[in-house]
Amino acid sequence: MNMVKLIIDGKHVEVPENTTLLKAAKTVGIDIPTLCYFELKDMNIENRPGGCRVCVVEVRGRRNLAPACNTMVAEGMEVFTHNIRVLNARRTVLELILSDHPAECLTCSKNGNCELQSMAQQLGVREIPYAGEQSKYRKDTSPAIIRDVDKCIMCRRCEMMCNDVQTVGALSAVNRGFMAVVAPAFEMNLEKSTCTYCGQCVSVCPTGALTEVDHSRNVINSLADPAKTVVVQTAPAVRAALGEEFGLEPGTLVTGKMVAALRRLGFDYVFDTDFAADLTIMEEGSELLDRLTRYLKGDKEVKLPILTSCCPGWVNFFEHNFPEMLDIPSTAKSPQQMFGPVAKEYFAKKLGIDRKNMIVVSIMPCLAKKYECQREEFKVNGDPDVNYSLSTRELAHLIKQSNIDFNALPEEDFDNPLGASTGAAVIFGATGGVIEAACRTAYELYTGKKLEKVDFTELRGLENIRHATLDFDGLPINIGIAHGLGNARKLLEDIRAGKSQFHAIEIMACPGGCIGGGGQPYHHGNSEIIKQRSAAIYREDSGKPIRKSHENPFIQELYREFLGKPLGEKSHHLLHTHYFDKSVGDFIEE
Amino acid sequence: MAKQIRIALRNCGVIDPERIEDYIARDGYMALASVLTDLSPEAVIEILKKSGLRGRGGGGFPAGIKWEITRNVVADQKYVVCNADEGDPGAFMDRSILEGDPHVVLEAMTINGYCTGASRGLIYIRAEYPLAVERLKTAMGQSRSMGLLGENILGTGFNFDIDIRYGAGAFVCGEETALIHSMEGLRGEPTVKPPFPSVEGYLKKPTNVNNVETFANIPIIINKGWKWFSSIGTEKSKGTKVFALAGKINNVGLIEVPMGTTLREVIYEIGGGIQYGKAFKAAQTGGPSGGCLTVKHLDTPIDYDNLIAAGSMMGSGGLIVMDEDDCMVAIAKFYLEFTVEESCGKCSPCRIGNKRLFELLEKITQGNGTMDDIDKLRNLGTVIKETSLCGLGQSSPNPVLSTIDNFPEEYHEHVTGKKCRSKVCKSLMQYLVVADKCIGCTLCARNCPVDAISGERKQVHFIDQSKCIKCGACMDKCKFNAIIIN
Ligand SMILES: Cc1cc2nc3c(=O)[nH]c(=O)nc-3n(C[C@H](O)[C@H](O)[C@H](O)COP(=O)(O)O)c2cc1C
Ligand code: SF4
Ligand code: SF4
Ligand code: SF4
Ligand code: SF4
Ligand code: SF4
Ligand code: FES
Repeated sequence: MNMVKLIIDGKHVEVPENTTLLKAAKTVGIDIPTLCYFELKDMNIENRPGGCRVCVVEVRGRRNLAPACNTMVAEGMEVFTHNIRVLNARRTVLELILSDHPAECLTCSKNGNCELQSMAQQLGVREIPYAGEQSKYRKDTSPAIIRDVDKCIMCRRCEMMCNDVQTVGALSAVNRGFMAVVAPAFEMNLEKSTCTYCGQCVSVCPTGALTEVDHSRNVINSLADPAKTVVVQTAPAVRAALGEEFGLEPGTLVTGKMVAALRRLGFDYVFDTDFAADLTIMEEGSELLDRLTRYLKGDKEVKLPILTSCCPGWVNFFEHNFPEMLDIPSTAKSPQQMFGPVAKEYFAKKLGIDRKNMIVVSIMPCLAKKYECQREEFKVNGDPDVNYSLSTRELAHLIKQSNIDFNALPEEDFDNPLGASTGAAVIFGATGGVIEAACRTAYELYTGKKLEKVDFTELRGLENIRHATLDFDGLPINIGIAHGLGNARKLLEDIRAGKSQFHAIEIMACPGGCIGGGGQPYHHGNSEIIKQRSAAIYREDSGKPIRKSHENPFIQELYREFLGKPLGEKSHHLLHTHYFDKSVGDFIEE
Repeated sequence: MAKQIRIALRNCGVIDPERIEDYIARDGYMALASVLTDLSPEAVIEILKKSGLRGRGGGGFPAGIKWEITRNVVADQKYVVCNADEGDPGAFMDRSILEGDPHVVLEAMTINGYCTGASRGLIYIRAEYPLAVERLKTAMGQSRSMGLLGENILGTGFNFDIDIRYGAGAFVCGEETALIHSMEGLRGEPTVKPPFPSVEGYLKKPTNVNNVETFANIPIIINKGWKWFSSIGTEKSKGTKVFALAGKINNVGLIEVPMGTTLREVIYEIGGGIQYGKAFKAAQTGGPSGGCLTVKHLDTPIDYDNLIAAGSMMGSGGLIVMDEDDCMVAIAKFYLEFTVEESCGKCSPCRIGNKRLFELLEKITQGNGTMDDIDKLRNLGTVIKETSLCGLGQSSPNPVLSTIDNFPEEYHEHVTGKKCRSKVCKSLMQYLVVADKCIGCTLCARNCPVDAISGERKQVHFIDQSKCIKCGACMDKCKFNAIIIN
């Protein structure tokens, strides 16, 4: 690698060629402000449109200022990042951006978490000298995401996520000049587009232009209603990230405190989606084995690979993009949606209450779950199996609103029976976790032998697409893993072309899996945070006494008392679903 | 018109553009033949470099160096693009060349393909130029059938063919990176350079983009030699430039003059002077984001560098002449209105900044401006220029900055005196009744559509300025010339 020497603010710097001035400056402790630039290291995710221009610096000999995020170092370059010319230009550019921005911080859901707000703070903007007309757009509310693009600063991060990373293409720049903004094609509503509600655009938006639909008020109302029994379930990835909202180090596991907080919020039963994840493994694992054995016997009807189906963002994606392959994914519902009927059809009956009087709330790292729980097929006579899905962020707000000192809470345990889970369920939160959990169970069911080494470390990691061959007692099982929908698309296209060698594939819509979900605390591009969450998940797994789903005693009890056997009549009815062809754009109706 | 030399336009109006024989009779395809048979690509590039030819599309980048850069990038596929987007309102030199001499562009692009190692050429042309497209298609058919385009050109084994692509209709699509994205079916907006198209362009392959007029200079340079070409023009700007003369000048139209010709020669000798013998006030060069030259620039030789030094630019060669009746604040506002329309919206300084410049100018022309607003214009204009992503934003404040620099008194009058000396800014006009001419006939009051005029019969009338909408009806009606504009 060729090294390049240059001078930044009088400091001598030596960095490899093709380094940006932004990164070169960082190596000597100079932090040039940025707005549109965004990077998730180790995941190959970068947004570098050079559009906001707040990162401009002076390069000696150049007529114009240069964007640090987009200017490569050169031998002998002399760079000034905070001389009067640069400071004036940077401030003026920010003042311009603010002049076309509604100053609604007090009521904005991004308040306190907004990169534009912090930049105004950092640069000490106290007035907007260039006030003028502001661009105005229609507010757009979908089942999961609100677009309030008056607050859009055209950083294009969402567009990059939706197009380059997710290959969904629901968002792109529209209009020109002053009215330019990022929106679905023809400025139609997001709901009418091919959006999967993965929420990745929300997770990278620096401002309040893209946020989740907030259901916490509905939950507060339900909790206050004495006629309702309110049950809550919490997804595995939430416990690995919730602490960040309370100033704890990323990767701090807050399972016990989270349970305590939920109890103090007034939930009647604090249960765990992990329980339902164990149930998912029972059903999905059995389906895998069923298809596999029939396939090995030469049954031509059987389609392999089998694809996991526990990620609703991914389900939306294949319903839109691969309608001819609707029979390939597992029919097992996601853990959230397995939990719903178990709570309302099994647990409610146990309590002797009508399902209408039970409210099921889920706490999810995910925005697609908000949409998922509203799907018609997950309702019984109009009553949804899961009433409200809150994001990790919404839960944090709820806790803060209720005067709970989170960090001072004791550690408490989930309630039984739907709160008991195994290590296999916990790792659902990280990419590769679902398939690892499924293999732990499938191995034992298939071979009839005890699995000695529970950790399939070959399935873990953050590489975009991973594959591994597991030895099922002499039978090689080829596993594929993709996180991020763009990677999923590649595997799907291989299947479509008949080139896929896999028996089973796990797909998660969000980069990193649910730990990087669209409803998690904002990571602001710090991929270290995602890695720490992942580590926490695997820590929780290895600390669990039981680490295989089929060994969960409450799961066994559930089958004994209620469900019968995996893939049985009742399971089929309550725990499995079917998929729809959504490839025809709905927007034609409009 | 002794001052004019026709190089780029040498065949326009002289040959029948639909007959390749006419072109060949004027040494057409001679350069291509000698290049393909006698010269190495390096030798051709050397000739171009020595000739001093610079890009005529606006940037003025040395053509030979661009060709060399494209040549030196190793790639399995390269492209030659002819930029015929010509988005400057009022500019039509590229159209004239394409309509009047289409073969010269085809020949030059083929030579470029040979030099850079490209086998495909693309002409990106405004959809509003149907005749040019027709002529190009005819020309391409002719040269293909004569073995001058396509496979195995002139039996030398060299392959090169050309396609036509239609412009997306936006001014910024003439910017080369935006043009390439537009051809790729993406949103027509610029991306940060580097990478330059010569290194990474169309479909990420090295792409040599040149303007129509640049190409039109190539064959003749090869035929007549670099020494001949470089003997014309100034030290750093060689050859000629085609200008589209417009505005308050007697002879409007295309002219082609050697680089270094002065504004005075252009206006008074070639352009026949200012209309109606009025006084010259300014000349706007470089299209909508050029600056204004004034009386003090009349004897400055026009070339790339002098224009930049004067706060303007060559652009594609628009030259609009203004006289004493033009208000420079209104002129600046007019051009800003264009850029606000044409900004692609990608970068904040151009997207929002130009809008703010426009709003400030509007405020001033409406009589609500303050001295502080002039400072704001200056600061904002400077910042937009130095922070914008592409050439559009990097030059769009020129009309404002150069008029503030050259005509500060007009800005001050608008702001402090609420006066527009050229009587262009309607809001600053005051219709006044001259007391000793008014006989109180009431005609004006009866014709005022907003009842702004009061006065008893046979008494001097009065116009309420807060009601007056400056329609001028009173002045038209008054038989005694008792109403004047202040
Ligand atoms: C806003 C903008 C508009 C432009 N429009 C044109 C155009 O219409 N035609 C053109 O040849 N070059 C145009 N250019 C310049 C091109 O980007 C590019 O420099 C040129 O095509 C290169 O050719 P040349 O080196 O032969 O001049 C434009 C540049 C900018 C910034
Ligand atoms: S997006 Fe940020 S700056 Fe804008 S109103 Fe919300 S918090 Fe304030
Ligand atoms: S939620 Fe996902 S699919 Fe929908 S617009 Fe955002 S990034 Fe695209
Ligand atoms: S919606 Fe948000 S992420 Fe998308 S461009 Fe606007 S500010 Fe950026
Ligand atoms: S990966 Fe997880 S967080 Fe993301 S959409 Fe899928 S289920 Fe939701
Ligand atoms: S300067 Fe203007 S036209 Fe150029 S990229 Fe920026 S917004 Fe677009
Ligand atoms: S951060 Fe560099 S241009 Fe936006």
